Amino acid sequence: MHEMSLAEGILQLIEDAARDQAFAKVTTVWLEIGQLSGVEVEAMEFCFDAVMHDSIADGARLEIIALPGTGWCMECSMNVPMTEVFGECPQCGGHQMQVTGGTEMRVKELEVA
Amino acid sequence: MCTTCGCGDGEVKIDGEHAQHEHVHADGTRHSHDHDHGHDHGTGEAHEHPHAHAHQHSYAPAHAHAPGLGARRMVQIEQDILSKNNAYAAQNRQRLAERGIFALNLVSSPGSGKTTLLVKTIEMLKGRQRVAVIEGDQQTSQDAERIRATGAPAIQINTGKGCHLDAHMVGHAMGKLELPEDSLLMIENVGNLVCPAAFDLGEAHKVVILSVTEGEDKPIKYPDMFRAAKLMLMNKCDLLPYVSFSVPRAIEFARRVNPGIEVIEVSATTGAGMDAWLEWIARGAVEFEKPRLERLGT
Repeated sequence: MHEMSLAEGILQLIEDAARDQAFAKVTTVWLEIGQLSGVEVEAMEFCFDAVMHDSIADGARLEIIALPGTGWCMECSMNVPMTEVFGECPQCGGHQMQVTGGTEMRVKELEVA
Repeated sequence: MCTTCGCGDGEVKIDGEHAQHEHVHADGTRHSHDHDHGHDHGTGEAHEHPHAHAHQHSYAPAHAHAPGLGARRMVQIEQDILSKNNAYAAQNRQRLAERGIFALNLVSSPGSGKTTLLVKTIEMLKGRQRVAVIEGDQQTSQDAERIRATGAPAIQINTGKGCHLDAHMVGHAMGKLELPEDSLLMIENVGNLVCPAAFDLGEAHKVVILSVTEGEDKPIKYPDMFRAAKLMLMNKCDLLPYVSFSVPRAIEFARRVNPGIEVIEVSATTGAGMDAWLEWIARGAVEFEKPRLERLGT
């Protein structure tokens, strides 16, 4: 949804970590992205490359770990899988759903040199 | 680069001045470093992140280290991409709570009538509730000037290329605004139904404004925003006879993405529904004040 801002957030976290843990080059970045986070993977890959350019993560490989979406169906009183934030319950077809998982946008780890 | 908080150089301006430095020498008196950024990573232990990862992934980082590329190592980060923003937001929220300031983050697409609604709201609250406004736009200070014409203090943030306000900008703006205790702070976000959804500013609630001249299916086209909001204000309701907008369908779509969202129909132009909106604010402010009053009472 706003992958450029997110990529800038990623770079900030990387630069903070580089200061704390004394590394000068990042070769791979692992992100955890929930299926309901609104992040478009292709847009993220594009923005990632653009934002990392000329930084310590210039040319770094981006690995995205997709996390499944889940929601609480008020009708069924149970957690069910969700693929869209306004998706319907696969059990009862209702829309009384609260998202319970899959909105993660997290920098998991880095491979650094 | 901001020497206080390390924010990068950008095009963000607060009341026409660059955001990064003016708070250092603001006006001598306030010199307001009042938000020390709590996530100052200076000591090397900064990544013992407080919210531990709840779900364990059976994920091994594929140690496919290509030979001959020198010593590589893995660095655990485990931080939310928006964690910086969220840390600033938490500081803003704490400052607001300490002073009993009820803050609303008004979000919508451009042209939904946010500023007109704000002007009307301030006029109706005159003598009853003190209001201050933070205005967010990419360029110009026209909106802040419209607000100041009502007599309410307002500060303009120009985000430059940015498409949303973030908690850091708002923290700086709060420092420049004279926010009276127990007042109402209205933050008018940049007109955009996408990005502002993800950026917590420290507000008590997000209020999304949908005008009836827009499509009634906006809630399912831009679900993140409607999911993040506590209240949907349906504005320009005086125009309903002239447009093909179904109020029940818009509400149904909004509740599909957010079953708990409250809805008030208003017209900032005619004043219809404004009383219900003011009542909602008053109720919210009471609710927000409760913990503080209890604290003060003990």
